[in-house]
Amino acid sequence: MGVIALAWWQLALAALMVVALAGCTMVARLGMGRSLLIAAARTVIQLGLVGLVLEALFSAARFHWVVLMAMGMLLIAGREVMARQTRRLRGGWAFGIGTVAMFLSSFTVTVLTLTVIIGPEPWYQPQYAIPLLGMMLGNTMTGVALALDRLTDTAWRQRAVIENRLMLGQRWQEAIGDIRREAMRSGMMPMINAMAAAGVVSLPGMMTGQILAGSPPALAVKYQILVMFTITLGTGFGTLAAVAAGSRRLFDGRERLRLERLSAPRA
Amino acid sequence: MTATDALSLKRLAVGELAEVSLTIAPGEVHCLSGPSGSGKSRLLRAVADLEPHDGEAWLGETAQSSLAGHAWRARVMLVPAESQWWGDTVGEHLADARLDDLETLGFAAEVRDWQVARLSSGEKQRLALVRALSREPSALLLDEPTANLDDATARRVEAWLGARIRERGWPVIWVAHDPAQIDRVADRHWRIVEGRLEEAGAWA
Repeated sequence: MGVIALAWWQLALAALMVVALAGCTMVARLGMGRSLLIAAARTVIQLGLVGLVLEALFSAARFHWVVLMAMGMLLIAGREVMARQTRRLRGGWAFGIGTVAMFLSSFTVTVLTLTVIIGPEPWYQPQYAIPLLGMMLGNTMTGVALALDRLTDTAWRQRAVIENRLMLGQRWQEAIGDIRREAMRSGMMPMINAMAAAGVVSLPGMMTGQILAGSPPALAVKYQILVMFTITLGTGFGTLAAVAAGSRRLFDGRERLRLERLSAPRA
Repeated sequence: MTATDALSLKRLAVGELAEVSLTIAPGEVHCLSGPSGSGKSRLLRAVADLEPHDGEAWLGETAQSSLAGHAWRARVMLVPAESQWWGDTVGEHLADARLDDLETLGFAAEVRDWQVARLSSGEKQRLALVRALSREPSALLLDEPTANLDDATARRVEAWLGARIRERGWPVIWVAHDPAQIDRVADRHWRIVEGRLEEAGAWA
């Protein structure tokens, strides 16, 4: 069972409908027609480029090219995590903590999944490694960004409470414990919700794609379950590491709260 | 257990305030006054090691820097002017509070079930004192401990604090505005004038 090929003119039909939507929003003066069109254009260009890169990567299938691609994805995700925080740690810590946390969790889980569970030959075969890592990074990024943003923002708002707890002789871990739990929860929530709604409310994109590509649904389901578990693992450990390191950085060696290490939000 | 360690500040400097060196003997209350913004609260925060500062504080033979931050603050306890509460009920914060302390300040045992959100500022201030004292510190730093209280209650809190301080032998720095209160509680009185500490009334 092969996939029905899509021609560019068929995509153009879909694009035409997006343009029609943009036209409607302009007529209704919703002020988002422009950004809609720009986003649509970015989708075409970015995915087109990634398609070319992946074609080249798949035909070469060399270990160092896969690593290079993975590193590029990681750094872009790290930048995105930093950009999504209102009050970020100064001096490269926001980027550093986010990137290292994602590296530790996403890369470890991806490599483990590839070598121990799926087992393609060679284990870094880009057809498996890159999409798996991409899904992992995309979700871990969201979790880490949400958690760090929640952590720094709540610490900022609750400065007086944290300091009062320190005054009573609590350790820094105890003084910020509630806020850490909150941050962790907001990082994990999207994934827990996605798992709870999977198949009932939403048909996950990867499974849908695999079915469209002709896989038997039973196999597609197995892959989807595997992917959801690995994403949850990556997000969970990534969030854990990021919140642990981020909250440590809010205190100094004398366990004082040092909020001047956070930058002011940009207006 | 009676604390018998003096609290001494050795060339402690924070913010605009010039270096402060002073020794507070066990059971002694040193009042600190000065215009708002003159650095009284910051000085207390530095003594409690909540802010980076120069110089050193000592509790008896123990240097501030020789203990972990939380261990120092558990001994040299700062009670801020505005207390903060993180749990829903008062009881979550007052695990070790003595019932007679609560009663002296006009609370019944049921206060533990009260919602923090419904406390008045005066109730919060009195309960914050009970909370701090229940942690068994070795020295006290009080930042306007009666600021939100009416005169009669303020007198009651003063008397209770005075009795506890004498009983336990705590060295105390007490930030106050009211000259009458300072007269009542202070063994010595320091004023912040133009960024330095001056003993008030030494020449009077």
